[in-house]
Amino acid sequence: MMLEIAIIVAGVLMVGIAIATILTRSLLVSVIMSGGVSLLASLVFLLMGAPDVAMTEAVIGSGLTTVVFLYALSRAKQPDDEDAAALASPPGDDTDGGQP
Amino acid sequence: MMRRYLVGLILIGLAFALFPLLRQAGVAEAPGPLASAYLENSADDFGAANVVTAIVVSYRGFDTLGEVAVLFAATAGVGTLLTRRRLGKAVPPPGRQGGTEVLETASRLLAGLLIMFGAYIFIHGHLTPGGGFQGGVVVAVALLLGLLAKPDAQVSHRVMTTLESLSGAVYVGLGLLGIVLAGGFLDPRALPLGVVGQLFSAGSIPLIYSMIGLKVGAELSGIIDALKGDRS
Amino acid sequence: MKLAAILVHLNPVAIPGALLILIGLWGILARQNLFKIAVAFSILGTGVNLVILSVGYIRGRTAPILDGEAAVASMTDPVPQALVLTAIVIGLAVTALLLSYAVRLRSGGGGSSIEVHGDEKW
Repeated sequence: MMLEIAIIVAGVLMVGIAIATILTRSLLVSVIMSGGVSLLASLVFLLMGAPDVAMTEAVIGSGLTTVVFLYALSRAKQPDDEDAAALASPPGDDTDGGQP
Repeated sequence: MMRRYLVGLILIGLAFALFPLLRQAGVAEAPGPLASAYLENSADDFGAANVVTAIVVSYRGFDTLGEVAVLFAATAGVGTLLTRRRLGKAVPPPGRQGGTEVLETASRLLAGLLIMFGAYIFIHGHLTPGGGFQGGVVVAVALLLGLLAKPDAQVSHRVMTTLESLSGAVYVGLGLLGIVLAGGFLDPRALPLGVVGQLFSAGSIPLIYSMIGLKVGAELSGIIDALKGDRS
Repeated sequence: MKLAAILVHLNPVAIPGALLILIGLWGILARQNLFKIAVAFSILGTGVNLVILSVGYIRGRTAPILDGEAAVASMTDPVPQALVLTAIVIGLAVTALLLSYAVRLRSGGGGSSIEVHGDEKW
């Protein structure tokens, strides 16, 4: 019974954070929050008796996915506000013309 | 405005489709016949203590082989999309400084420990929770740590490509060994099964899972390296 | 009394999973930024994994790992776990592919709003 209550609490938190992830305007905050959703999901997996899946989700879902997102954001020179229409500095501007 | 209503309509429709499913599915009382058979027979069939590993590597070995192939295809896709020829060299922002001496030394030490830990996870995949996928990711994280501490570091592509293709070839080779010495492709009974719960048991399952671990580690390192860019 | 029976019957893992699927779909449909859509996709993926795994959820049972003491009769269903295990890894690779397309689209000129990129969305 205790386990089930813990699962329900984690589920409620997970849904709340997921809604906040979509609602927030800052891309950085939403990436970090989606990592939090994955971490809570891995907690749920652990509580329901799936330690293999919990390990995978913790290390991939909340670790590596967040890093991949952050690298992609910095690579694309994406402004943090998702609705920023104009390019702050066009990517590919400061390159060596694509020559290898 | 129209779009907002349409989005709401689609979501409400999906919710209506999902709700009866959830009410009827409920909570199972016992595993189904297939799962019960796996639970009861995995120790006798393959000598693996971790039933999930037995399913991933042996009972559904073809699934995993295909899954590793999909991972390879996705990595190749990331690599082709983000080449320097297409994107231009990603220039590090001016004024970025490397880490201090302490940071670099400590991260090198930690990277060795992380690789050891990853190898521990995938070698013990048939005994404890964990296995090739988790251990492979931990190995990739060791490389990520090095890249974070020393952003200008070069990743040897030759080493990674060799490791990746070699482990894939050994994986398929162990599968073929199963055809020759045992009942079929990827049958772990090609090697002696040993006693359940010991490190050298479960036939070729630990070897296959180690190969999966190395392959996943090399592929995920490739993804991280390609997305990071700014190699010279 | 009847309500309690219904509540006990409901699966506590499947419901947040289904809600995460809805939230992810909402993000994909309602947002324009390519990177935000990728975040919404990864939330949707987490939800789908939760729903698949909820099939194998059995109250009061432990992980399917055999050792001397644990009885087979007290273990959960290992099949959905094996399926979800590989699905998570694939999810990361697909997210990385999605992100590299986004980086490519953005560096090919134009912003990162999906509106700019023509026919990909209604």
